[in-house]
Amino acid sequence: MNTLILSALSGVVMMFSGFLLGSRSAVRTLAHILLLVVIAGTILELRGIEIVHIDTRGMMVFDRFALMFMLVANLCTFAFFALSSKDMERVGSNYSDYFALIFFILSGIVLAASFKSLLILFLGIEIISIPLYILAGSDKLNLKSNEASLKYFLMGAFSTGLMLMGIALVYGASGSFDTTTIHATQAVPALLVAGMMLLLFSMAFKASAAPFHFWTPDVYDGSPTVFTSFMATVVKAAFFIAFMRLFSDAFSGLAPQWKLLVSIMVALTLFIGNLTAVFQQSVKRMLAYSSIAQAGFMLLAIYSLNSDAKEGLLLYAAAYSLATIGIFAVLVKMKDQSFEGFNGFARQHPVVAGALVIFLLSLAGIPLTAGFISKFYMLRATIDGGSLGLAIFAVLMAAVSVYYYFRLIQSMYFKDAGNAVEVPISAGFRATLIVLAALTIVLGLFPQLLTSWLYF
Amino acid sequence: MDIRYYLFLSLALFVIGIMGVLTRRNAIIVFMCIELMLNAVNLLLVAFSKMHHLAAGAGASTVGSEGQLFVFFIMVVAAAEVSVGLAIIVMLYRNTHSVDVNFLNRLKH
Repeated sequence: MNTLILSALSGVVMMFSGFLLGSRSAVRTLAHILLLVVIAGTILELRGIEIVHIDTRGMMVFDRFALMFMLVANLCTFAFFALSSKDMERVGSNYSDYFALIFFILSGIVLAASFKSLLILFLGIEIISIPLYILAGSDKLNLKSNEASLKYFLMGAFSTGLMLMGIALVYGASGSFDTTTIHATQAVPALLVAGMMLLLFSMAFKASAAPFHFWTPDVYDGSPTVFTSFMATVVKAAFFIAFMRLFSDAFSGLAPQWKLLVSIMVALTLFIGNLTAVFQQSVKRMLAYSSIAQAGFMLLAIYSLNSDAKEGLLLYAAAYSLATIGIFAVLVKMKDQSFEGFNGFARQHPVVAGALVIFLLSLAGIPLTAGFISKFYMLRATIDGGSLGLAIFAVLMAAVSVYYYFRLIQSMYFKDAGNAVEVPISAGFRATLIVLAALTIVLGLFPQLLTSWLYF
Repeated sequence: MDIRYYLFLSLALFVIGIMGVLTRRNAIIVFMCIELMLNAVNLLLVAFSKMHHLAAGAGASTVGSEGQLFVFFIMVVAAAEVSVGLAIIVMLYRNTHSVDVNFLNRLKH
């Protein structure tokens, strides 16, 4: 509850800071401080201290899993602020409002991570989505940004419609919005299964799993790069946490009805994401497809739904978000966002290029990085969950992904004569990148740093 | 009246909405079809709420009220979505002088 209240209040404060504070650097500092307060609130709550106690009437549950994810999401947002908040200035003139919207998204993430009633799920997903429509279109004069925003809005609203129909049908079958009551519904009437299917499709839409992924590349490519970084990482992970919570709390009893469908979805998502990423010329578009591919891996957690999958999803969210935020932060500063734009980058900025290599290795799942260990957890969960074939297919697809991640490394290190970065890289930026890269390695060596918090 | 009538009516409205979203090219009409989908859900929720209320008998007066509460939340969220969505469409119209969804796809290549 601390996180929810603090982040919503921070959003309101940021809205006012626009005209109360004179300079943009003051707004930026305030946003950093407020986010630190939110993080402190989350840590307090993990230790069992609540600032205000609110009876949610069983509509929300703040268990370890939800709290740990909130902490991961807030920390990743902090990394995002530290790396990219300066670049947000170049998007448009409403600088403080961008921070306000991001804080509102964070409060939506709290709802989506801790819901116990489908009402809270719906509200959480909408509170995440509506600010994102605005952020996607924040570059108002850019047609690509307009397109991204409109497409995201229409697809988002459409999938919300599907989700609501699903919720209504589930309510008709079980007589309650409470996930435990839905789980306890004994008979399996057609209404419940139909509602579950609609919820599955709409969550797949939101989490951009194939065959509902078609909006993702255009939206991620068209949105301003700073905001793509946020929506492809923290927000996507939040949708997956909500997805997993919904299916483990409410529909795990219906597993025979959805398991095959989800496994087909996983295979399709991995296949389409990885294969199309290979053919991309722009790094931003490649990352958009790579986010679809990584979504396939995260879907494995929903397929298997055991304790390994829970730990794995948490780790995956952290590993994937850290690495992608780092890569996007560098990409924002590039003049040419194609692979050629990175030619000779290692010679100009050896430290930044070194950090990028670690992020790319983590995304590709090379041992010693967080990406490897989280993929390992996912695969172990899948094999325990009963599908060796799916795990083998996922490993094959991860091998394909090595190609396009290493292509970026190749152009940074083995090609010369690149054009310079657009925005100068400051020492603070470099230091933050090094910290993120170090975190990626530390998480890869000691994943229990994160997962053991789930139990003690 | 039997619940099935309500179910079929709202499913019919919902499917009309889906067909509209998939086939129409005017952004505003697509948007109206999405609203139609949401309203079909509202109707269904109220019908189910009444059904659960009647099924619980006269003693339990609050059973089924959460379905109607949900409808209010849907209305509020739909209003928020309308305000953002129309702003996006206006922004698009300012730049392209068109609200055609296909127009954007043509720009891409």
